[in-house]
Amino acid sequence: MKKITFGLSVLFIIFCAATISIPAWGADVIKIGVIGPMNFLQGKGHWNGALMAQEEINAKGGIQVGDKKMKIKLVKADSNEFMNVTDATNAMERLMTQDKVDFVVGGFRSEAVLAMQDIAMDYKKVFIGCGAAHPELCTRVAKDYDRYKYFFRGTPFHSGNLVKTCFIQMATVGAILKKELGLPKIKVAIVAEKAMWADPMIKAAEGFIPKMGMEVVGVWRPSATATDVTAELSATQRSGAQMIFTIFSSSVGIPFARQAGELKVPAVQVGINVEAQKDGFYEATQGYGNYVETLNTYCRSVEFNELTKPFIDTYVAKYGETPTYTADTYAAIVYGLAPSIEKAGTIDSDKVLSVLEDSVYKTPSGVVKYTKTKDGKHLHDLTWGPGYTTSLGAQWQDGKLMGTWPTPHWKYKDSPEVNYKGIVPYKIPPWVIDYYKK
Amino acid sequence: MILDILMNGLITGSTYALLAIGFSLIFGVARIVNIAHTAFYMVASYIIYFCIQKLGLHPLWASLVAVIVVTLAGLVSYKFFIDPIREHEGAVLIATIALAMAMQEILLLIFKGDYLTVPSLISGYLSIFGVKVFYQQILTFGMALLILAALWALLMKTRLGLAIRSTAEDREVANLMGMDESRVAMMTMGISVGLAGLTGVVIVPLTTLSPFMWMNPLVMMMAVVVLGGLGSIKGSFVGAYILGFAVTLVVFLIPMGAYLKDSVALSIMILVLIIRPEGLFGVRFEEER
Repeated sequence: MKKITFGLSVLFIIFCAATISIPAWGADVIKIGVIGPMNFLQGKGHWNGALMAQEEINAKGGIQVGDKKMKIKLVKADSNEFMNVTDATNAMERLMTQDKVDFVVGGFRSEAVLAMQDIAMDYKKVFIGCGAAHPELCTRVAKDYDRYKYFFRGTPFHSGNLVKTCFIQMATVGAILKKELGLPKIKVAIVAEKAMWADPMIKAAEGFIPKMGMEVVGVWRPSATATDVTAELSATQRSGAQMIFTIFSSSVGIPFARQAGELKVPAVQVGINVEAQKDGFYEATQGYGNYVETLNTYCRSVEFNELTKPFIDTYVAKYGETPTYTADTYAAIVYGLAPSIEKAGTIDSDKVLSVLEDSVYKTPSGVVKYTKTKDGKHLHDLTWGPGYTTSLGAQWQDGKLMGTWPTPHWKYKDSPEVNYKGIVPYKIPPWVIDYYKK
Repeated sequence: MILDILMNGLITGSTYALLAIGFSLIFGVARIVNIAHTAFYMVASYIIYFCIQKLGLHPLWASLVAVIVVTLAGLVSYKFFIDPIREHEGAVLIATIALAMAMQEILLLIFKGDYLTVPSLISGYLSIFGVKVFYQQILTFGMALLILAALWALLMKTRLGLAIRSTAEDREVANLMGMDESRVAMMTMGISVGLAGLTGVVIVPLTTLSPFMWMNPLVMMMAVVVLGGLGSIKGSFVGAYILGFAVTLVVFLIPMGAYLKDSVALSIMILVLIIRPEGLFGVRFEEER
């Protein structure tokens, strides 16, 4: 009896080992880990974008790798990174050790992505970040190429370029305020959530806003998850601010917009408010989020190029909402990874990355070209500017998110003009007009 | 700026007071540290959202449904999760943590992590000496005062109040005098959780719903009750306004450190405890008992 039990135990162990290991070497699939906060909209964007990419690629028979076609298999990993960075690192570790993925896309909070990045690098897997903005993610690549060369930024720009884009939008809106309301010098309040990605942006804003002929009247740093910001709003109003430069990626963007709108604070909001990029923002602010302007990647009415409309239309048809920037996992897989794998003829990380880092490719949000440092070291960061990716200034107007920037014929230094289809004029909130026209 | 601080401090303090009073009540009477108190407030908020946005009920009906459902949930929780282990205070603490986590996960499954809001009971704002205050905030302030008055009347003027006070004074003697101490504790739990539901009613239009919204108020509520003296309703009320003003002062005086407001409030609590370990009203409360 003991021998039978022992024999059965051995068989069971062999069966389990086989079950776990067979998919790793037996199937002609490319495993792509999709990591993000899956119970939140950002994670849903990661997953939906990747799912669309999988359906599109597999419908064509898969990716040509050498002489065979390999289909994509996605592996979902919930990083729960809003609540716990440790959960994020555990999820990445699981992707590497248990699921044995070949590539990873996703990530959202810089604090979590920096930690996840190290794990992916330990296992030498290409990781395309689709959410975090901290520059350190890519400066690490230049500083220690051999270790961090597997990391690429998929979206958004690093925070330096985000803030640069915000400044251009602020200058545009500031000029409108000066012209329409007769304000001699625009006073700006900086309201930034307490998060790592916002720190370099504040420093840059404090230094650059005065150079734009505006005045910084104060900096407020509410918690990223604050639910009541009336005290902050009272203080900004007391400061005489006519423009509020918002830097929000978390839930605080909702109460801030809602309470500012309901209190009719006489200042326009320009900057980044990730919550305002979502279709549900208008409802979430009970309509008080109208006129909020935010940096954005996609608006239903704006086309960067011929790839934008089909992508947005398909996404809306499938998921019933406009894609947010984390859905650029689609572009990372379809236009970044897949062609690089095909060109490399293998799924070997080192060979794929050497193709990817020199690639220039068009995506629904613009053209991706990875940057290098001045001394020619790879950064694997995104090139910003006309002809590449610029993002959008988007404003809520009568319950719809409309693209308002780049304004028609916009130029940056010596660049060619930028003319995206579907851009509309910026609108000043009526209560701001009433306040300053008294 | 002084007026801004005064108005915002009063409003923030009222919010803390509403939660802390219910928590303090059940601790004072039954020595139950109900960590799930703010989770009940969260559940009430979600019920209000569901009734208004999904069922199309009037906010007042939605509020009524929320308070009733949450009170019943509190009673059921007490009967099945707390009463059987009441003699072991540590176990009760852990059981209520588990209860709160369970509520969080259930709401996460149903509503996902999306941030939700509900409309105000009264929309708009009033300008008081140049300071803009939402009508909803004034309602919150008024409700805090009203609830305290009602609680005082309940404890001092009714037979149930007498039973609650007797039980709070000495559970064993109350038992010997023929009072069903367990039943009194259960009713107190119902009142306490009902207060959490009422807090949801008045605060939910001012906040953003998420399945993790119970955590931050829990920390502040604990700080308030420890500062005021564990189990002292009066202490909770005073403590709430002290911390309410403290966090408002941080926002106005250290704008760059506005996110530190909770940490500053907790530091004040620690400071008070070093000087007066029983909290502000701990001794007086003991003497009253």
